[in-house]
Amino acid sequence: MSGRVWKFGDDVNTDVLAPGIYIKLPIDELASHCLEAVEPNFASSVAEGDIVVGGKNFGMGSSREQAAQVLKELGVAAVIAPSFGGIFYRNAFNLGLPAIVSDDIGKIDDKHELKIDLKTGGIQNMTTGTELTGEAIPDNLLALVEAGGLVPYLEIKLNKK
Amino acid sequence: MGQTTAEKIIANAAGQESVQVGDIVTCAVDLAMIHDSGGPRRVKPAMEKLGVGVWDPDKIVLISDHFVPCTDAESANILKLTREWAAEQNIANFYDQQGICHVVTPERGHLRPGMFAVGGDSHSPTGGAFGSYMFGIGATDMLGVLVTGETWIKVPDIIRIIWSGRFGAGVAAKDMALKMSATLGMDGGGYQAVQYSGETIENLEMMERMTLCNMAAELGAQAGLIEPDETTAAYVTAAGGDPGNWQAFRSDADAEYKVTHEFDAGDLAPQVAAPHSPANAADVGDVEPAEIDQFYIGACTGAKLNDLKMAASILKGNSVATGKRLTVAPASSRILTQATKDGVIEILLEAGASLLPPGCGACAGYGVGVLAEDEVCLASTARNFQGRMGASTSKIYLASPYTVAASAVAGHITDPREVIN
Ligand code: SF4
Repeated sequence: MSGRVWKFGDDVNTDVLAPGIYIKLPIDELASHCLEAVEPNFASSVAEGDIVVGGKNFGMGSSREQAAQVLKELGVAAVIAPSFGGIFYRNAFNLGLPAIVSDDIGKIDDKHELKIDLKTGGIQNMTTGTELTGEAIPDNLLALVEAGGLVPYLEIKLNKK
Repeated sequence: MGQTTAEKIIANAAGQESVQVGDIVTCAVDLAMIHDSGGPRRVKPAMEKLGVGVWDPDKIVLISDHFVPCTDAESANILKLTREWAAEQNIANFYDQQGICHVVTPERGHLRPGMFAVGGDSHSPTGGAFGSYMFGIGATDMLGVLVTGETWIKVPDIIRIIWSGRFGAGVAAKDMALKMSATLGMDGGGYQAVQYSGETIENLEMMERMTLCNMAAELGAQAGLIEPDETTAAYVTAAGGDPGNWQAFRSDADAEYKVTHEFDAGDLAPQVAAPHSPANAADVGDVEPAEIDQFYIGACTGAKLNDLKMAASILKGNSVATGKRLTVAPASSRILTQATKDGVIEILLEAGASLLPPGCGACAGYGVGVLAEDEVCLASTARNFQGRMGASTSKIYLASPYTVAASAVAGHITDPREVIN
């Protein structure tokens, strides 16, 4: 997959991704407030297939799955960060949003174009022409991404029984 | 090689003799706790799509705490849906508006040493105080558990944090938790398991242990555990639970830890975390003065019986500073009952506090008591992320109930030891 980068700093938390005060709203309305505390233009300008690149501990904080779901709703194709909040990491895969661990984010800037190989974790920066490394996604999680998330995955599994 | 409490529980749940750090294993879940926010309203549509019900209603605890009491038609609908789902799925362990999930679940005897448990909430590591391996998961993850009764886990590294010495008057477990966040950072736990050990921990009562394990979330840990001991067993028994063979779940003497951090409680000062991260904690004397509008004693972290008692010990005979407000949301109905019997509530009210019903209240910005634009709050809660308790421009400082109470009297951030001594 390939896409354009939105770059954020360290410790982007779940309350900033999916603010509690809007949590009762339908997902599309909640998504319109995604990251507004740090980047007011993000929700209105992000496009289908864009890639979010964050600093360490991306998605730390609450278990609210909407933090990953709003990114998916806005069309974000993948998130790359050196480390993730653990619950966010699980949630992202459960929703079919790949989260890639990479220590190479220093070589990515806002609006760069990236190409990602989910199987190997390899990342190509098309803008600078450099190869970056990311961690390969474990098999059990890759299966979720391939199915489109845990629900479609369970649908297949439960129907087979 | 020996195993730690965490590894023993995971191995047991995976049906194996032992586990190795880094293994991805599938575990049978002993208990799944869900609440009104991340629970029924989020899992119901997908369960209907899959055409299946819950795997075992008796292993599920459902609690309404986030949107209580409802403040508008939307939150009322969420609670209605929660109740209907409980009836539909035959959930006997449904506690409707009885308090916060992390407090109500153990209070009603649902947690015991050796359990492998998940909660649909990030402060689920609180269960580690009872010698359970308990961690937070999101709604779709929970859906998987509810319909299959199992989930996967990557066996974590075990980070040991040893506390020695005894802390002084006006200092509490909350200060230990903030100190650890400041020292190790919000990702110090690296989504691994933290084990709190040492004489300070052994001497802590259960509610203080809960505060520590609760804020393992603020270390970025998956779980925060205290090895079960006589104190744990006594609490579980009194709550109507069965502590079982808790001795079997203590860490072996030759168990290995990825890293060991050491702290001294003896020289620990009250801590205050400045906005917008618990890791911004510093000794109360080193925090820049700030105007505070609302003082808040609430949350699973900071409104248990002992927390209310801490506040009352300071507020007795004092009153909240003119022009300021102190809001108190007890963590559960049982706690409110006991605090009323003990005269604690009377002290708080006489000092000028306003009382909210048991529940999450303003802590996550979902319930009652939220902040207006640019308001500043000093809270006994766990988290001070930007905008968490209301308007996105509001700010939150975190401290112990002692510090919140002493500051409410002074009208600004104050060292509670000045009031006590
Ligand atoms: S009181 Fe706050 S931290 Fe505790 S469960 Fe409720 S919202 Fe979460």
